[in-house]
Amino acid sequence: MSTLTSPEFKTLTINMGPQHPSTHGVLRLVIELDGETVISLKPVMGYLHTGMEKIMEAKTYTKSITVTDRMDYLSPLGNNMAYVGAVEQIMGLEIPERAQVLRLILLELTRISSHLVWLGTHAIDLGAMSVFLYCFREREKLLDVNDMVAGSRLTPSYFRVGGFFQDVPDTFVPFVKKFCDEFPTALGEYQNLLSKNRIWMKRTIGIGTISAEQALQLSVTGPTLRGSGVAYDVRKTQPYCGYETYDFETPLGRNGDVYDRYLCRIEEMKQSLKLVRQGLDRLRPGTVRADNPYLFPANREDVKRGMEELIFHFKIMSEGFRPPIGDAYSAIESPKGELGFYVASDGSPLPYRARVRPPSLINLQALEGMSIGRMVSDVVACIGSIDIVLGEVDR
Amino acid sequence: MGIEELVPDGILTTTVERMVNWARRSSLWPATFGLACCAIEMMATSASRYDLARFGAEVFRASPRQADLMIVAGRVSKKMAPVLKRIYDQMPEPKWVISMGACASCGGVFNDYAIVQGVDTVVPVDVYVPGCPPRPEALIYGIMKLQEKIDRDPIRLAVPASAPSTGA
Repeated sequence: MSTLTSPEFKTLTINMGPQHPSTHGVLRLVIELDGETVISLKPVMGYLHTGMEKIMEAKTYTKSITVTDRMDYLSPLGNNMAYVGAVEQIMGLEIPERAQVLRLILLELTRISSHLVWLGTHAIDLGAMSVFLYCFREREKLLDVNDMVAGSRLTPSYFRVGGFFQDVPDTFVPFVKKFCDEFPTALGEYQNLLSKNRIWMKRTIGIGTISAEQALQLSVTGPTLRGSGVAYDVRKTQPYCGYETYDFETPLGRNGDVYDRYLCRIEEMKQSLKLVRQGLDRLRPGTVRADNPYLFPANREDVKRGMEELIFHFKIMSEGFRPPIGDAYSAIESPKGELGFYVASDGSPLPYRARVRPPSLINLQALEGMSIGRMVSDVVACIGSIDIVLGEVDR
Repeated sequence: MGIEELVPDGILTTTVERMVNWARRSSLWPATFGLACCAIEMMATSASRYDLARFGAEVFRASPRQADLMIVAGRVSKKMAPVLKRIYDQMPEPKWVISMGACASCGGVFNDYAIVQGVDTVVPVDVYVPGCPPRPEALIYGIMKLQEKIDRDPIRLAVPASAPSTGA
């Protein structure tokens, strides 16, 4: 047996990725191995770098919303919310009650659909193919909701600064109600397949452990942090969309291993469903646009008849609106963790600077600590359990 | 009629070309080459509702050496382009490329310093699928179009008979 100190010790350095099915995108890991044990692991990023923050400086506030969609493409509405939240803070806008409730419902549905992709791909990585097919069955219904409200399945860009451009269609509420009735059964199916599955438990329990102190030192957020037992949820600590008035819990893990993070996310889906139900009960008719004449174009009929309305329509569509000089940071609890947008305005129609605090990038730092001393196959389990999206890591 | 009258029942005659093309187009094996948002729609295409298996293209291979179709699903950054070319080179002939989505086809909304403005500057593309991202139906239509293209492929010898010998 050679040890680290003996002269004949030789390690093997391998590249995992950038084209690897279980790195969830184009992540590259440079792994140093002793036999099959990981000695060091270094993530190499930037294979999907898009320069989104720079692009947003050259787009109007409304056009930038479409760019945010393509960042964490598993929870597009979450990105929309964090961004418009920052702009709304700069402008000091008051969002109508109906828009707030609708946002909350859509955000929680997005959280479920993001967690479904995580569960499906995480299970595929650990060898359970059928879970993926089950998860996508339910996810398709949630994509139908996006399709219904915004006309696009994956990248809805539905939120606007000051609420919504238009209200949801009449079919929205019955559809979501039906989903709420069906989903608990489906969730039970996933748990039947995995929670007490002996292979699943052996692959996940005690693997990729990270203590609460370590996680806090690395600024890890989201289910990755809560799996270690730290109760930090932006929905509770810095509420937005009126989350403080809803009744929901923050599920916590105990051991901080892959299995606990799995249980946390499963429980989060149940809590999201609870929030959606409460939201549907609170949904009352009303306007979905904030009371600010510079945000939304005039009524279509008026644009056809009146000269002033036509000019205003042209101005708002081509030039956009001008928030006052100022800056704001708005954070939301995205499915991955704390997603923050810092937007600075210089009073022009284009943001002076837009900066993202991507939860995936920061959670990725925890991967090295989780994997060292483990087998290569455990690295796959660890990547799945921190639930990264490379679009958000690289931006 | 022709030779069909002489052979017993259950035997069909066709050309080698048609038969080979039929086999090739009915079992396209895509490489798992997900880059960005479009990869999620590519996964949805192969999953429950859209079931790409109906078109014989559901066997996503992790190794490019086992694949004959590359679906470039997402934006290609300048850092990723050499990797993409390398993966394409590793795929055995015959091979095809579908450029899925606006970013892969022309750069999409990301006209900036980081993104390759069209993957056709790196590898030859057979079918472009528009959309941001394309719906699964659109990708399936793209695959069907590719199948039509494969059907028209003439079978040629890999090395023309007149080509000089390589000394093997």
